[in-house]
Amino acid sequence: MEAIGTVLLAMLAGSLRVSTPFLFVSLGECLTEKSGRINLGNEGVLVLGAMVAYATSYETGSPWAGVAAAAVAGLLLGGLHGAICSLARVNDVAMGIAIMLAGTGIAFFLGKPYVQPSATLLTGIPFGFWSDNAQVRNALSVCPLFLLGIAAAIALHWCFNATRVGLRVRIVGDSQDAALALGLPIDRTRFLATACGSALAGIGGAFLSLYYPGSWNEGLSSGQGLMAVALVVFSRWNPINCIYASLLFGAAGALGPSLQTVGITWGYYLFYAAPYIFTLVVLIITARGGRSLRGMPGQLSIGR
Amino acid sequence: MSTTTTVTTAPASAPVQVGDQWYPIRRTAEALLAPIAALAGAAILFSIFLLCLGASPADFLDLVWRGAFGSWFSIQNTVQRAAPLLLTALCVAIPGQLGLVIIGGEAAVVLGGLAATVAALPLINTSPIIVWAAMAIAGSAMGAFWVGISGWLRAKLNVNEVIASLVLSYIGLALFNHFVEGLLRDPASLNKPSTYGIGDENMLDTVPWLDVHPGLPIGILACLICWVLIYRTSFGFASRVTGGNIRAAQLQGLPVTKLILLACAIGGGCAGLAGAIEVAAEYGRSNASLNAGYGYTGILIAFLARFNPLAIMPMAILLGGLGAAGGLLQRRMGLPDATIQVLQGLIFVSILASDTLYGRFRWFQPRGGA
Repeated sequence: MEAIGTVLLAMLAGSLRVSTPFLFVSLGECLTEKSGRINLGNEGVLVLGAMVAYATSYETGSPWAGVAAAAVAGLLLGGLHGAICSLARVNDVAMGIAIMLAGTGIAFFLGKPYVQPSATLLTGIPFGFWSDNAQVRNALSVCPLFLLGIAAAIALHWCFNATRVGLRVRIVGDSQDAALALGLPIDRTRFLATACGSALAGIGGAFLSLYYPGSWNEGLSSGQGLMAVALVVFSRWNPINCIYASLLFGAAGALGPSLQTVGITWGYYLFYAAPYIFTLVVLIITARGGRSLRGMPGQLSIGR
Repeated sequence: MSTTTTVTTAPASAPVQVGDQWYPIRRTAEALLAPIAALAGAAILFSIFLLCLGASPADFLDLVWRGAFGSWFSIQNTVQRAAPLLLTALCVAIPGQLGLVIIGGEAAVVLGGLAATVAALPLINTSPIIVWAAMAIAGSAMGAFWVGISGWLRAKLNVNEVIASLVLSYIGLALFNHFVEGLLRDPASLNKPSTYGIGDENMLDTVPWLDVHPGLPIGILACLICWVLIYRTSFGFASRVTGGNIRAAQLQGLPVTKLILLACAIGGGCAGLAGAIEVAAEYGRSNASLNAGYGYTGILIAFLARFNPLAIMPMAILLGGLGAAGGLLQRRMGLPDATIQVLQGLIFVSILASDTLYGRFRWFQPRGGA
């Protein structure tokens, strides 16, 4: 019984801890997809953001400067993706893979000198102060970026539903014909949505290197940037749902390490694959509906 | 609005008009010039990148040349890297004919290698021929199965194949690690968990006279067969029709589901075979060395070759050469090993961006005769 409690607590802690990058990347991907384009390059943005954040924090001593730098790096790489995809006949799915390769390559290249030194990290906010249990305290030490992510999700939700900008993004994403008729700048809207979405993904990367695991190395990301695409499908393109989905994916990711804490080491690698299996299941369930997925932007190329 | 993702942005073959007998030649010229322009663009961007770092692009080019093709040793190194790339590029190019983007070749390679090892282990005391046959069959079957899952999900359940194949790639790697570090682990392999070896007598030799990696002739043969398959059979024709317009293909009564499954299985089989060959020719056992990124580089090569198996051959040599030069660059210029990855990324981005060049220039288009 106690073991189950330990596992559940560890999963809760893990979920709070590892969900933040999922949250940021899925919010960014959600914004991009709402405008009718898909960005698989967010995986590269995540890695580049992690590297830039770590390097900036190391050089300036301020982790928040690192977070800002990661957002700018994401903005630039996402802008590149957005700009090239605006050209006629360029395939956004394939371009995403290319941006992923280029982004990780640049991050590994420039990040070589920062593998060793230790930068100033972000500190968690101790929400577990009321408990004497060290595990609970540990579990409830929440990264400020997580709260920022929740705020961003709420802001994005409000933006889509209550503002002119949000409405325009949705029109461009839902019907190119309607956007043309209204005289909306389709390419510019998508370009900006992609760039801003990638800026969010960059902040997700900053979390990886500045909070948890809290170091920079080449194996830092385990595909969160790509899983975000499935996460957005799971969230039905709703930023608020992205929060729940990220927590769920975080919990799935924490399953293996949590079982290890109570001494179950069998099948470590299989449990490590849990979030991927979960992603696949989500994809299968959400795809069953066929063409008309509720909430899906009409211009999205994966929705053919 | 139909949003069929056509990756093969082959120029829509406009009706050739009477009196324009040069159009096929100009069309070929366009198909050759656009990637060359893209490669040149990537080279220029990369040169600027190097200059910003204070390194000389000329030195870089010189070292790449020497590291990749400068000596017999470096040519062997290049070929050794290019051999599996030929097959992993086919893993992307064949489903690519149907407009599918399969990026799960990496898992097909490692699982193919693992399956080949498992198939070889009970047979190690028979003859090498039997071992090799078993390995080839098991490796390709495993690869075909693994990539086939993505195809099945795409065809039957309408799951996007890009994400499915990628997620399956991670799952496949986890399975591989699970078996290599658990059930199938040779307890003697301490630092680098490996399976039991297939034995020296069962290793594939290098090609006689040429002394190059045995995967090279197999890969070239596979490319040639796939070229015939795509451009000279009804399967290939039906696949290309489907890739061009899936609704039209369905209206014509083409068996789209079967085509998708078959294309994915053939592609996966190629990647699985690459894994089997790597085990039989290089490592003699399955371990993390198999997970060397061949699947990912294969994606790049397939796009560079515009999914044409014949064009895959030079592109695989080019990318294999870049990989082979990596070590030399590290030693001579002090550039980190990720330099090659940056260059690959730039090439990839510019080759995809060059898709926009097709049809932009009137000179390449069919002309009104009459």
